[in-house]
Amino acid sequence: MGLTGLQIFKLLPKTNCKECGVATCMAFAMALANAKASLDQCPYVSDEAKEQLDAAAAPPIKKVTLGAGDFTRTMGDETELFRHDKKFFNETVIAIMVEDTEDVAAKAEAFDKKVYERVGLTFYTDALAIVNASGDAGKFKAAVEAAMGKTDRVLVLCSEDADAMAAALEVAADRKPLICSATADNFDKMVELASSKGCPLAVKGANLEETVEMATKAFAAGAKELVLDSGSRQVSQTVADLTQIRRQALKRTKGFGFPTMAVVTAEGDMDQIVEAVSYMSNYAGLIALKADDDALLLPLLSWRQNLYTDPQKPIAVEPGLKEVGEVTPDSPVYTTTNFSLTYYIVEGEVEASKMPSYILAVDTDGISVLTGFAAGKFTGETIAAAIKETGLEDKVNHKNIVIPGGVAVISGKLEDASGWKVLVGPREASGIHKFVRENFK
Amino acid sequence: MAFTPLKEKYRNKVAQITLGATADQGGTRTSTVTIGGEQALPFLHFEGEIPNKPVVALEVWDIAPTEWNACFEQYYGDVYSDPAAWAKKCVEEYGAEMICLRLKGADPDFGDKSPEDCVATLKAVLGAVGVPLIVLGCGKYEKDNAIFPAIAEAGEGENLLLGVGEQENYKTLTAAALGYKHAIIAQSPIDINIAKQLNILIGEMNFDTSRIVMDPTIAALGYGIEYGYSIMQRARFGALTGDKAMANPMIGNVGFEAWRAKEANASQDDFPTWGEQEARGIMWEATTAASLITAGLGIVVLRHPKTVELVKKNIDDLMVPATY
Repeated sequence: MGLTGLQIFKLLPKTNCKECGVATCMAFAMALANAKASLDQCPYVSDEAKEQLDAAAAPPIKKVTLGAGDFTRTMGDETELFRHDKKFFNETVIAIMVEDTEDVAAKAEAFDKKVYERVGLTFYTDALAIVNASGDAGKFKAAVEAAMGKTDRVLVLCSEDADAMAAALEVAADRKPLICSATADNFDKMVELASSKGCPLAVKGANLEETVEMATKAFAAGAKELVLDSGSRQVSQTVADLTQIRRQALKRTKGFGFPTMAVVTAEGDMDQIVEAVSYMSNYAGLIALKADDDALLLPLLSWRQNLYTDPQKPIAVEPGLKEVGEVTPDSPVYTTTNFSLTYYIVEGEVEASKMPSYILAVDTDGISVLTGFAAGKFTGETIAAAIKETGLEDKVNHKNIVIPGGVAVISGKLEDASGWKVLVGPREASGIHKFVRENFK
Repeated sequence: MAFTPLKEKYRNKVAQITLGATADQGGTRTSTVTIGGEQALPFLHFEGEIPNKPVVALEVWDIAPTEWNACFEQYYGDVYSDPAAWAKKCVEEYGAEMICLRLKGADPDFGDKSPEDCVATLKAVLGAVGVPLIVLGCGKYEKDNAIFPAIAEAGEGENLLLGVGEQENYKTLTAAALGYKHAIIAQSPIDINIAKQLNILIGEMNFDTSRIVMDPTIAALGYGIEYGYSIMQRARFGALTGDKAMANPMIGNVGFEAWRAKEANASQDDFPTWGEQEARGIMWEATTAASLITAGLGIVVLRHPKTVELVKKNIDDLMVPATY
């Protein structure tokens, strides 16, 4: 969302002095717009122009870091309305809420064990949000201290009582927790705490308009790392607010350029996850919820992973030999590419065929069967090489390999290069079921 | 500080389709559903009118689905072999707003039921429930082309949603739906250009394109859902900004896709950190549904009764008008 060459040109001296190394100010402006030159190269640019150009170059949504040490999370710094336009960058922070009236040490210990692995990726719940439900400053401080002893992940301190927050920050400030939240009632004290302790601060107004006014004031007063909570606790209003904040921030409307948070209010654990999905899909930078069941968090974290995937980069699985079911040396061998969509569809169908099998995922840099074939990455030679590298010949007592029907033409080359017999499989993975019945049963 | 909400100005809206027909309208349904008609991105009520909410359908098969996860046994085990009773249970006990009848048994590999058998199943289901029906073929072109005309004729007046038509196989379906006044599903393989092209091709057969429901093909959470999600977002944005060839409501076979995922089915014994299987499966399905609903899904075809409850609540929450 930077300035155009013409907009930059208007801010330059327009003397065509050539001292920047470019023939004209216009050409220099174009180079700046394309990030091919730096403003320092112009000796005559005014301070005022410099300020305007710097402001335009700053990210539209401020980057805010939560936590300290090895486990930190970055929020904000986003540039898009739709993931397909480029990508979303900083994954939504998932904060699990625990109240200071509960056994916080035990909860924090259990929370710290929440690490999920699927498809070769590791997912974490990022933050523990300690809620001052007791209303007691001492209890809140003790709960925060107990949590700190059990987890190194990000902490979110939830109290609207500035004295309780001050007490908790005596022990927790070095961890750079998110202070949650500055409201109309505690505003000056919370802002002072955040700026003196150098901690990020959530700002919560009665509605979006008030929130943005407060954020502008807090920023001016020295609290630079802010998170916006529009105050809405109703699903569609929160979705609308999150959307407005993103749109206004990208248009650089004053006061909107900060990351956002949403608080899940549904009662049932499963309902909370569904509500969180609605916020995650609509730009929430941090979502606080109570549900902490593994069976429910895994799907939510998987959606986050999918949503923040780079749309221009094919996602690949680790190439190599995969086992589906209890394989034996007699098990059939399939081959496909390591494009994750292709691979997992094949894996799913092979699994559903109930015939334990090997799948040789050939490294095509994560592109599909036909594209890989066209690019010379899924050919008789590359498959033969993969057979050798994976030691497949020692794993099975036969030399038969099933190839995707779409690349039947490579059969001869593959047989020559590998000495294996090729069985041409179905064109689509959905045909595997029938193929198995006709060939292996 | 004055705050002026940013609103996109759209030139077009999504086609509005009513499915099912009551006695007054020449059918036998006791309720109909209307989807589409949006003049704004999903649930952004401040931007434009969102006249209809997404609806939830449950899947019913004409044969017992032997590969379904064992956790479904307690809900459908007693009715697996009786599609009419199965459909009735989905509507009366589990709150389905539509039934999606999948004629899997017509598949030459799964029983090869005749068109007459399929018609008998359709009639039994129509007799058992009053909600509108979606009827899907078995997916094998040749066989589907044998059953579509029979189904369309037998369902005359009921304003069914028939599917699916694909780029390689849409003519028989389109002709059958045209002749007996049904709506159709146009399915494209996660490809926005094919989606658009197919709508145009169907229109060229004199089929009213505002009677098409698009199935852009979704995938399950964790298995490429983001491709379907982005195609849906692009299609909807394209529709609102003027591309009439994509301005149709969308349907997704959420249950079918989600329950194919390993994460929905694997036992906790095999994956101890993943939590309990049935809850995980429900959440896999509900998360797939909720994410696609935010991209514009209009008909959500589900499997698990608990997911129906979750998704209906989510839709109701999102339909509360938020304004500035």
